[in-house]
Formats: sequence, C-alpha cells, structure tokens
Amino acid sequence: MSAALDMASWALLVSGGLACLVGALGVLRMPDFYTRVHAASLTDTLGAGFVLLGLMLQAGWSLVAVKLAIIGLLIFFTSPAAVHALARAALGHGLQPLLHGGDLPSKR
Amino acid sequence: MFTAAAAALLATLALLLARAVLGPTIFDRLLAANATGTVAVLLLAVIGFLTGRPEFLDLAIVYGMLNIVGTIAVLKFFQYGSLAE
Repeated sequence: MSAALDMASWALLVSGGLACLVGALGVLRMPDFYTRVHAASLTDTLGAGFVLLGLMLQAGWSLVAVKLAIIGLLIFFTSPAAVHALARAALGHGLQPLLHGGDLPSKR
Repeated sequence: MFTAAAAALLATLALLLARAVLGPTIFDRLLAANATGTVAVLLLAVIGFLTGRPEFLDLAIVYGMLNIVGTIAVLKFFQYGSLAE
C-alpha cells in the first residue's frame, strides 16, 4: 500500500472516531430529547461514513470493500428512518421541545 | 491506527450507555440504544481489521439489520402495547 493512501485512511479513521465521540458527548450533554436527536445524527452520518471510508481504503479492491459498502448503505438508509420514527413517536406521545431557558446543568 | 479508532468507539459506547441509563424518558433511552447499535457495527468492522479476521464484517451486517428491527419493534410495542396490530 502506498504511503499516501495509508495516511488518508489514518486521517479518515481518526476523524471518524472523533466525530463519533463528539456525537456521543452531545447525546450526553444536550438539554432535551430533540437536541439529543440532532447530536446522535452526527454519530450516524459523519462518524460512520468516515470510519467505513477509512477501512475501505485499507481493504483495497476486494470482497471486504464490498461488504463495507453494504454496511455503509445499510446505516445510510436505516438509521435516519429509525430516528425519524423515534422523533415522530416522541412528538405524538406529547413530549414537548424545550423552547426557552438554557439552564444546562439542571436539565440533565 | 485501528487501535485508536477502536478506543474512540469504545469511549463513544461508554458515553451512550451512560445516557441510556440516565435518560429521563423512554425515547432518550431508545435513541441511545439505536446509536449504540450503529457504533457497535462500526466497532465490529474495526475489530475485524484489528485482528485480521474479515469474518467480523458479516457479523456487522447482521447486527446492523437487527438494530433497526429492534428499534422499530420497541417503538411499536411502546405505542400500541402489543406487536400484533
């Protein structure tokens, strides 16, 4: 493997891990449910995309890359559908968004 | 490099599990469980590369399919009280 490809894969894996970490931090720290949905979508899109792309660069043209692409497509299509159903169910159940009052520590 | 990505994903899992335990409503817990499933798929793929065993990718595909089914099933059960409607 060429050094440039290795470096690109390294950068993609590390930034994907970082995006996942930031998303999880948002899920833990955000004040109400709907803002937590927003933070979780960062993990599902940017984190998953970067990590899978970095692994695909490591795999090269092979069956492994095809399987990684299948995993990526699966996450790309199912994760927004699941989170959309979740947010609709929460709204239908009467969970109100937090509109004003940004007191973070008391709302945890 | 795979070790760094796996460590970041493990820390992500720990934070999400903390939200799943803390979460005030059931939707918070379900959101954390769904994100946990996504991160577990990524962690399986990275571990497959870390140990040099690409069979782990098949496990990741199956786990990704189970993840959405589980989320929708729990949502439906919570909404209607049964799964057979």
